[in-house]
Amino acid sequence: MKCRKCGEKASVNMRQHKLALCKEHYLEWVPEQTERFIKKYDMFTKEEKILVAVSGGKDSLALWDILVRLGYQADGMYIGLGIDGGINYSDESRRLTEKFANEHNLKLHIVDVEKEYGQPIPVLATISHRGKGKPCAVCGLAKRHEMNRIARDLGYDVLATGHNLDDEAAVLFGNTLVWESEYLLRQGPVLPGRDGLARKVKPLCRFYEREMTAYSIARGIDYIYDECPYAEGSQSIYYKELLNQMETTRPGAKLTFYLRFLEARKSGDLFIEKNVEAAHLHPCPKCGQPTSTDDFCSFCRLIEKAAAQTAVQ
Amino acid sequence: MAKLILRNKEFEVHAGMTLLSALKKINIVPESVIATKNGEMILEDEILKDGDVIKLIMVISGGSI
Repeated sequence: MKCRKCGEKASVNMRQHKLALCKEHYLEWVPEQTERFIKKYDMFTKEEKILVAVSGGKDSLALWDILVRLGYQADGMYIGLGIDGGINYSDESRRLTEKFANEHNLKLHIVDVEKEYGQPIPVLATISHRGKGKPCAVCGLAKRHEMNRIARDLGYDVLATGHNLDDEAAVLFGNTLVWESEYLLRQGPVLPGRDGLARKVKPLCRFYEREMTAYSIARGIDYIYDECPYAEGSQSIYYKELLNQMETTRPGAKLTFYLRFLEARKSGDLFIEKNVEAAHLHPCPKCGQPTSTDDFCSFCRLIEKAAAQTAVQ
Repeated sequence: MAKLILRNKEFEVHAGMTLLSALKKINIVPESVIATKNGEMILEDEILKDGDVIKLIMVISGGSI
C-alpha cells in the first residue's frame, strides 16, 4: 500500500477515511487534524493556558506532544494514584510522564493522592465501600476532583484530556444500551466551564485508539503499555472489543456511530436539552467545587469517611 | 516460517501469506493490533517472509486478544 501524498510505502492505513500515509506524512496529518478539531469545536485558542491531564499512557502523552508541536501553551498534570498491582503501575507511569516532560522541557504538576489525602486510591476505595470491590469509581471521582482543583487553583483556562474516539464510542455504546439520557446529553468534545468547574475538552475525540498508538510509535514516545491492573475485564474494554469486531467488517462504523450522535445531539433530535440546564448545582461547603448533593461533595465525604476510619484504627 | 509475537505469546505462520491472513489464522482482530517489523510499522497487505519476526502491539491497553 502506498502513501497517498508521496507514493512511498505506507505505514498507517485508515480504512474509515480510505487514507494510507507514510510515517512522515502521518506525523504531519495528525497535528493538522487535531488543529481542525480544536477549531471546529471551539476548544481553546493560542492565548489560553491549557492543563493536559497526563497519565503516562499513549493518548495523553500524544496529546501533550501534539499541542506543544502546534504551539499551544500546554502544561501537564499527573495524578499519583498509589496503584501497584504487582507491576509498579503508578511508579512506572509517573516515571514515563516525568521522562517525557524533562526530554521536552515542559512544565509538569504532580499531585500524589496519598500525600494529599492520607491514603492511596485502593485503600480509599476499601474504606469507603464504593465501587463493588473495584477502586475504579473512587479513582474516577478523585481524578475529576483533583484535575478541576488544580486547573482552578493554578489559573488554567481549560483542562484537556486524551480521550480518543474508541473511548468516546465505548461510553456512548454503554450509555445507549441503558438509555442514560442525562449522561448522553453531557457527552461531547467540549464540556463548557461554569462557576467552579473548568472547561473540559477532548482534542483527540475523533482519532481511533489505533491511530494514537500509531502516532506514539512513530514519534518514539515511551508510554506505559500495561493498562491499569484494575481495568482488566472492565466493561469499557469489553465494549471497545465489540466495536472493533464491527469495525473490522464495517470500516467507519465507530466513527459514524459517534459523529451521528454528536449531530443528533446538537440538532436537538435526541432529547430536550433543558433537562441538563435544570440540574441544580451548588458549591460544596468544604472545597467549593460544584456538587449536586445537598451537603459536602462526594469527594469530600469520601475523604472524611476515610479520615474517620483511619482515626478509629 | 514467520513468527508473530503478542505480549508473551508467540505464533508461527507460513511464509508467503499476508499479515491480514496471518492475523485471521491466529484469531486476532486486525483492528485491535498494530504490527511492527524491525521497529517499523507494517500494514495488513505485507507478505510475510521466512524468518520474519513481527511484533504485535495491542491497541486497547489491557484488552484481551
